Amino acid sequence: MQHERMNAARKLACVAVVAVCAVSLGANWLAPAGYSKQFREAPSAPPSHQHLLGTDEVGRDRFARVLYGTRISLLLAPAAALVSTVLAALVGGLAGYLGGIWLRLARGFTDLFLSLPWLFLLITVRALLPLNVSPLVSVLITFLILGLLGWAASARVLSTSADAMRNSDFVLQARASGLHGPRLFLVHVLPNLKPVLYAQFWISIPVFILSEANLGILGLGVAEPLPSWGSLLRELEGLISFREEPWRLVPLLLLIVVMTSFQMLLSNEEVTA
Amino acid sequence: MSTNMIGRRAFLRFLFCFALVSLTLTSGSAFSQSGGELRFCLRSEPKTFDPLLVDDDSSLSIRYLTGGVLVRANRKTQDLEPELAESWRVSKDGKQITFKLRRGITFSDGSPFSSEDVAFTMQRLMDPALHSSTGDAFRSGSGAVSTKIIAADQIAIIFPAPLAGLERLFDQVAIMSGRSPKKEAAVLGPFRVAEYKAGSSVLLRRNPNYWKKDSQGHRLPYLDSIRLDIQSNRDVEMLRFKRGELDLINVLDSDYFDRLAASSPGLAHDAGASLDSDFMWFNQVASAPIPEYKRAWFRSANFRRAISQAINREDLSRVVFNGHAQPAVGPVSPANKFWFNSKLKAEPYRPDAALKRLQADGFYVQNGALFDKGGNAVEFSIVTNAGNKPRERMAVMVQEDLGKLGIKVNVVTLDFPSLIERISQKFNYEAAMLGFRNVDLDPNGQMNIWLSSAENHAWNPQQKSPETTWEAEVDRLMRAQASTADPKKRKESFDRVQEIAAEEAPFIYLVNQNALSAVSSAVEGANPGILSPQTFWNAERLTLNASTRASR
Repeated sequence: MQHERMNAARKLACVAVVAVCAVSLGANWLAPAGYSKQFREAPSAPPSHQHLLGTDEVGRDRFARVLYGTRISLLLAPAAALVSTVLAALVGGLAGYLGGIWLRLARGFTDLFLSLPWLFLLITVRALLPLNVSPLVSVLITFLILGLLGWAASARVLSTSADAMRNSDFVLQARASGLHGPRLFLVHVLPNLKPVLYAQFWISIPVFILSEANLGILGLGVAEPLPSWGSLLRELEGLISFREEPWRLVPLLLLIVVMTSFQMLLSNEEVTA
Repeated sequence: MSTNMIGRRAFLRFLFCFALVSLTLTSGSAFSQSGGELRFCLRSEPKTFDPLLVDDDSSLSIRYLTGGVLVRANRKTQDLEPELAESWRVSKDGKQITFKLRRGITFSDGSPFSSEDVAFTMQRLMDPALHSSTGDAFRSGSGAVSTKIIAADQIAIIFPAPLAGLERLFDQVAIMSGRSPKKEAAVLGPFRVAEYKAGSSVLLRRNPNYWKKDSQGHRLPYLDSIRLDIQSNRDVEMLRFKRGELDLINVLDSDYFDRLAASSPGLAHDAGASLDSDFMWFNQVASAPIPEYKRAWFRSANFRRAISQAINREDLSRVVFNGHAQPAVGPVSPANKFWFNSKLKAEPYRPDAALKRLQADGFYVQNGALFDKGGNAVEFSIVTNAGNKPRERMAVMVQEDLGKLGIKVNVVTLDFPSLIERISQKFNYEAAMLGFRNVDLDPNGQMNIWLSSAENHAWNPQQKSPETTWEAEVDRLMRAQASTADPKKRKESFDRVQEIAAEEAPFIYLVNQNALSAVSSAVEGANPGILSPQTFWNAERLTLNASTRASR
């Protein structure tokens, strides 16, 4: 019974994710006005036939911006999460598997990495980058930075799991059977780390989406006029009453729906990991 | 019951009523001595309580409320009014000002006020070791500023070179006591600092020795105290105002203003165009790390004027500020009644004319994109400070406007320190968008912008000698207006500066934001204006209504 309910939930989640992806891919047809056209005669307008979710402060169609922003964030936040999870698997997983001095070194390194004042380092990164980059390049740079910087916390979790696995029965048995080195890691350890890796991957996505919005303050976020979930969520700053303009919550609701759906798509083991 | 008894009761009743009426009348007339506690927010920690070292908004507010000045510029009429000085006289050569002081005034600690205190204040203010920005405004030439005490109530201050608009500068000089052991804590203004909790609040209490009285002879100020809560978050400030915990919001964003006006129309005040302006400019620094062909664009007046014509200022005012801003004309806001050059008008939105100007410089449009005569696509970035929503929105709208000419604009928002480093030290930027918060009506307040040698000559600062003929002329005119005491001649010179600014467009002025503020219905006597401090410029005459006084 519970299994059936779980299956139904997963189906529903699957439909939600596919629907969101399909709608965002069809943005060109569904929102022909585009994400940057300014309807200056109707700034901050409420929903209407012309603008299904109203317009933003400079009169851009919010529905179009949500669709295009979804496309960007759904494509690039998972890509950044993938980069950070791979790095975490390499550093944390290998260190945990090797143990001893390697584990201590890796933990020291990740601790050091986590304690660095990233705000100042990111300001330095911004200073090194040219000002004249197209919005699309700015998106790639932003999510690459997120991917390269976001691995440390996941690596810590993975090193602990891999460390626990190193002395587990099945690894000992594999060793006794003559299996060791990279093969043992790739064939036995890494597949067993999969639930943790999945969990870290899914956790990273919303974190990166929100981080992207914060990076905008340092001039590193997705550049105008390109929308992203991060920039759409920034619009909620200063919203005193949700009752007055509930349609402005749509990006937030969309984020919640997509993230919940992703979580539900995970198998039981992955969720519990 | 005897008639005697009834008579006694009637008499007692009469006595009771008389006492009640007397009490009511007394409390009514005594509001001047019990005006309650006014509450509003400072948006940052005050950096100093030393009135001569004030440089930030919060310290400015405290200085305004606590400092006694010789003359005060009326924030509504913009006229100078006598304060601690009964009268003053500027010499014909503009090098000397003589003040006749009021007698019988004492500081908040009881120490007497005399010309010696004025001399002490001026000597301290002009001490180079103090690094006072207020003092910098008085530095007219090489040589020291001297004071001559003529009598206990008369003093002359002598400057090495003529200083235009001299008397108005004293609006910023809070007189300190030369003898009081309490130093800056001894004040001549309506309030004194009673308590300071770092990061939390500043409590000002009525100065019991304040000299001023109202027309009915009641000693000012009416308020007992002012509590200034240190609160940088504007959302929290607005929420507290709506809850009745705060009485004033001195400067309000247009978004908040409209929300407040919708819910409580009587509390939101739009005093019209302020002195503040938002503008953009191009980097013209010879050593800036930008391509040579871009520098050539930025140095062309035709290019700058074309950009100016291609920006729809009416839209900026209407969309970004919900109509609470005016298209800017130039370096002087129309709100500055005397110094504004009324012959000038804001640049109208004329994209066709802009394109013609560009074509005159060899630019051409191909496939919707603009190219210069060397075949380089016209693309540049505009940097502005992150977190300033109106400015970010303006940049996006300018991006769209210029896109219609085929110009590709990249909007880059940076944290403020990085932005300042780029525009004032490394010059690693192409165009910038910022604002100028003008508190000084006099053009001398803009000397540090318009002189080609000035640090704030943003588009090409600290030039050893003027690099263009028009900058040389501006230098000459600014010095000419600063070296004469004749207001008519000064006006002529500064009018010409404004004309040159319009012709050459080194700054592309965008909008003058309106002075928006909020005043609670609990406050009586408020009359918000455009000059800082907008809502509490007449703090000494403000009071709270009876119910608010009773509840606090």
